[in-house]
This record gives sequence, C-alpha cells and structure tokens, in this order.
Amino acid sequence: MNGTPLLRVQDLKKYFPIKAGVFRKIVGWVKAVDGVSFEVLSGETLGIVGESGCGKSTLGMTIMRLYEPTAGKVFFQGQDISSLRPSQLKSIRRNIQMIFQDPFTSLDPRMHIGSIVEEGMKVHRIAPLSEIRRRALDLLEKVGLGAEYFSRYPHEFSGGQRQRIGIARALALNPRLVVADEPVSSLDVSVRSQILNLLKDLKKEYQLTYIFISHDLAVVRQICNRVMVMYLGKIVEIADGDDFFSSPSHPYSVALISAVPVPDPDYEVKRIILSGDVPSPINPPQGCRFHTRCPVAQERCSQIEPTLEEVRENHWVACHFPGSLSWERIPKHVTV
Amino acid sequence: MEENNLLLQVQDLKVYFYTEEKEELRAVDGVSFCLKEGETIALVGESGCGKSVTSLAILRLIDSDGKIQGGKIILRGRDLLSLSEKEMREIRGRDVSMIFQEPSSALNPVYTIGDQIMEAIILHQKLSPPQARKAAEEVLRLVGIPEAHKRLDEYPHELSGGMKQRAMIAMALSCHPKVLIADEPTTSLDVTIQAQILELIEKLQRQLNMGVILITHDLGVVAGMAERVVIMYAGKVVEEGNRWDIFHNPSHPYTWGLLHSIPRLDVKQEKLAIIPGVVPDPLNFPSGCRFRNRCPLEDEMCLTEPKRFEIENQHYVYCHHYSQIEILKTRGFNQ
Repeated sequence: MNGTPLLRVQDLKKYFPIKAGVFRKIVGWVKAVDGVSFEVLSGETLGIVGESGCGKSTLGMTIMRLYEPTAGKVFFQGQDISSLRPSQLKSIRRNIQMIFQDPFTSLDPRMHIGSIVEEGMKVHRIAPLSEIRRRALDLLEKVGLGAEYFSRYPHEFSGGQRQRIGIARALALNPRLVVADEPVSSLDVSVRSQILNLLKDLKKEYQLTYIFISHDLAVVRQICNRVMVMYLGKIVEIADGDDFFSSPSHPYSVALISAVPVPDPDYEVKRIILSGDVPSPINPPQGCRFHTRCPVAQERCSQIEPTLEEVRENHWVACHFPGSLSWERIPKHVTV
Repeated sequence: MEENNLLLQVQDLKVYFYTEEKEELRAVDGVSFCLKEGETIALVGESGCGKSVTSLAILRLIDSDGKIQGGKIILRGRDLLSLSEKEMREIRGRDVSMIFQEPSSALNPVYTIGDQIMEAIILHQKLSPPQARKAAEEVLRLVGIPEAHKRLDEYPHELSGGMKQRAMIAMALSCHPKVLIADEPTTSLDVTIQAQILELIEKLQRQLNMGVILITHDLGVVAGMAERVVIMYAGKVVEEGNRWDIFHNPSHPYTWGLLHSIPRLDVKQEKLAIIPGVVPDPLNFPSGCRFRNRCPLEDEMCLTEPKRFEIENQHYVYCHHYSQIEILKTRGFNQ
C-alpha cells in the first residue's frame, strides 16, 4: 500500500424520489446515501459494512456512476468523475470495474462465457481480436476455469464458477479499482473461501484496489485492510481493520460485531441485542440516526448530529460518546 | 439418557426425485437421526445436501416429482409415513410445524397476519373465531411483536423482514407443537435482527419444551444453539455428534474442511483453508463414499460405501479413514 488516495469521495448524496398520484408528483425522498466522505488508498481493500438499507450498495453504484449522484463529488486519481458527460465515462469505466452479488442474474444467459469476458475488451478496442482471445483464455485460466469452458453458457456453471466468470470479466480491462458488491454472499461455505482466496491472489498479481461491500463481518475481517461502517446512509465509523475489530468504538459497530455467531461452542458471546428495526431512510431520526436503537444514548444524541471525529490515529467515529458501549467474549474454558 | 423422552426418530429415510427423462435423483439417501424433548438438533450442510428435503419429508410435503422411497419417521411411536393424508393434516401445525427461510414468500400476501394465524388455531383447537383471535393476539405478544392487536389486521407487506419472521414463528407456535422445524430461519435477515430471532427461538423452546430441528449452513449459529449436530453431504449423513464432538473433534474430512473454511471474526487468517472442487451433480453422485473425489484421504477403500463407526459415546462418523484425520491437521487439504 503506498498510501496515495486512488479514489476520493466528497460529501456524496444519492436521494431517490418517491412519486405518488396521477401526475407522479414527488412527495418525498429516500435518502439512501446522505453525505459521505472518505478516501480509498491505492492498493488497499476497503470494506464497507452495514445492514440492508444502510446505503452501502447504493454508494457502490453511485461511485461507478451507475446511479447519478444527487450531490457531492467523486475523484478518481484526482479527476472529478461525478460530473463527466456520459461519453467521457468510458475511459473511467475501464479503470473501475464491478463484481456483482448474484452470479445468476449478472451474466447474460445468451452469451457464452468467452464472449462475456471478451466483450469489454472489444468495446474498448484494447487490442487486436486474436490478442483479445488469448487474453480471455488467459484470464479464465487465472480464475480457475480451463480453455475447455470457453464456449459454454452460464447455465452450465455452478454459483461459484459463475462468480469466477464475473471476476474474469471485471479484470479483463486491467482496472485499477474493483468494486465488489457482496461477491460471496450467495455462495456455499466451501466455495466462499475458494473465491475469497482467489480475490486475494488476484489483488497481489494485478496490484488491484478493492472496495468490498459486505454484510458479513467475518468475511470483511479476512479480506479488508480498512473497514467503514454505514448506518442509514451515513458513515458511523471508519478505521484500520485490526484496530476496528479489537476496539470498535461506535455502539452500532460493537452491536454488529457482538451479534455475529462465533463457530465455537466454548465461546459464550455476550450478545448486545438491539431492539427494533432500522428506521426508514425516508424520515431518518433527528440528531444521531442511531439513537433510537442505541443502548447508551443520552439526551444530546437525539438533538445534535455527531460528526466523524478522529478518536485514535486513522480511527474515525461519528458518536458523542465513542467507546461507551463495551462487550466481551467469554471463553467457557480454554482448549489448546 | 432415558428413552421415553424420545420425540422423533428418522430412520433410513430415502427421498428420490425423478426428472422428465426418468432419471433418479437421490436427494436424501438413507438419513437417520433422532430428537428428544426440549433438544435442538442441527442439520448442517451446503446447498443440495438434502437437509431441506429431509425436513419437508418429515411433514410429508414432498411435491409430486419426488417420492419417499423408504425409511420411517416415527413421532412418539407413530410412523408418519403410514398415515393417511387426512391424519397427516392433523399432525401438521399441531404436532410438527415449520418456519421457513423467506418470510416474504411463506406468508400469504392477500390475508392479514391475524387471519393466517387464526386459520391453524381454528382448525386444530376448535376455537370460535373470537377466541381464536384472542389466542392469535396472545401468540403475537409471545414472539415480541409490539401492538399485537393492531398487527392482527395488517397485511404481510406492512411488516418489516424481522417482524414478518416473528409473525411466521407466531404462526408456527400457535398450536404449541412438540417439534419445530426451522429451515434457515435467519438467513435472509440482518445480523442484529438475526440475534433477536435466535434469542426468541431459544426462549420459546425452553418455555414450551419443544424439540427443534434447526436447518442451517451457518456453523456460528449451530455452535451457539444446537446440542447435537448432523453433518450432511450429498444426501447422506457423514458425521453426527454433540456440538463439542463436532467442533473440537471433527472426524470426517468434510466436517474438518467445512470448519476450517469458515472465515473467523476473532483471528485474521493469511489464507483460508479450502475444500477443493464442487459438490457433485446429484444425478451423478460418485459410487462408494460420495465425498471421495474431493477428499485428501481417498484410496481404493473409498469405492465401497463407508459404514457407520462410533468413535466415542454417540459420536458417529461415516468414513473409512476417520482414524487418519490427524493427517489433515498437518497438511490440510493440500495434497
């Protein structure tokens, strides 16, 4: 990691209109992403975690300009890509690629996998056709699918294999940044670790930078250098991975980590059970958005919205009382 | 361990499906386990291992392209497979009930929550509609739904995912079943909601002394909830034991691989252990041990089907080479 920002997101917002009535009048806004700023450093893997509806996927799509941002800016290698005209976007798309969650709907069922991998290279005319063919075969080999699969169709593959095809497609244009949106969530345990190892190996080989969007904290622990937690469209905590998992400081992060079931019958985790559901992003609570479910909320939290403050080096938290919720794992007995 | 608290026995259950080309697909092929009162047993495995089909077979809910080809399902001395459809309807919901993975598709969108819960109560407990409504409100309160009397008149779409799952649990519990089958009850929920629901199931189980069959692929959930664990692979049981047997002394190579390939939250691993290859095609399971083509301990012996070995008290494994499992500890799955 050389520490220079590859991507800089500045006060990014994405609101979706709610329309009602005969004239489809706009009656409100779903504030999916509501003012987030962060940097992605060259060579790192930044994990974006949060529960459904927190805006993590919308954020990924807005960075890619698959959604038009409502406000805010996104800089890629110093260039503002949030205001580029559609015709200028092509060069950016070459550098930022995406891996999708569902390997069953993200591959065109009528194309064989060779042409799925080749398509991007042909559109961008990066090389003569024979060279493109060679490169596609090479990529399929890299992701663990041999040349014999080249002219097969997506339905002939299992979930894990399809995800490998999706990865090969994303890497075909030699991108700098890969946005992976829940890339292993739909996969079985034994296949999931195969794909995670593959993503790690490819990162090293192609010097990639990842934005890794996931709701699974254990997966994020294994693959990310830095973790960013979102709640209702806002960043609540952002820190280095080791620091985050050893001392999470936002009560929401603590609750999230404590709720992950540990696969060891000797660990009795004092789960912090949050009451209620995530509030609607149409009318987020006043003050701190988490205060309605926060076990340590005080009066101030319902009035003043906390901003991200650096509590330790590289560890930022948006909370009036960071570190006030603690928890522990209690081993019943220690086995060697 | 007394025999008289034995609640449900599944013996050598076989469920086969048939394709249009009349090919036989042995989704569940000789599965046995038993469940005691108040006990939680987990059926664990990856997609296609037959864990859900096993649970549907207990309720005799296998659809027309599949058939229960053998075995017994004995609920308190009665073999459910010998009952008529009419008798079976009496069992479903009253003695054995089920909660499903996807609450949004398991609830009927055109009936209110109250109507759906009352249906089972009126059918099984022969209560009048006003009494049933009261009972439904009671059970909604039991599962922790706020303003239960108001929720009775709401439709499924008006509830959040976690609330829908609670409503479904309420429906399953409305007649105080002896056996609750929970098929991936928290897979579609967020982790903070998952924690709420698991806590709820445990609490209700203690209150009602139910036997719970938990079907899941999440070994974290298993470690926290299940007393006994049945690991399934390709339609067969590969290992069975109490949770300490399984987590501390896994003896089938598949169990070992599964446990080691879970990403852990407490330690950062440089590289995750993997099980090479993919689950075999169910139309084409390998002969003999079905795991053999992915197994590092494979040899000629594996061409014959492994028998059940008892390693220690009620810890069973179906593997010829279980005594060599130590080898995996040094070299893993890399040959």
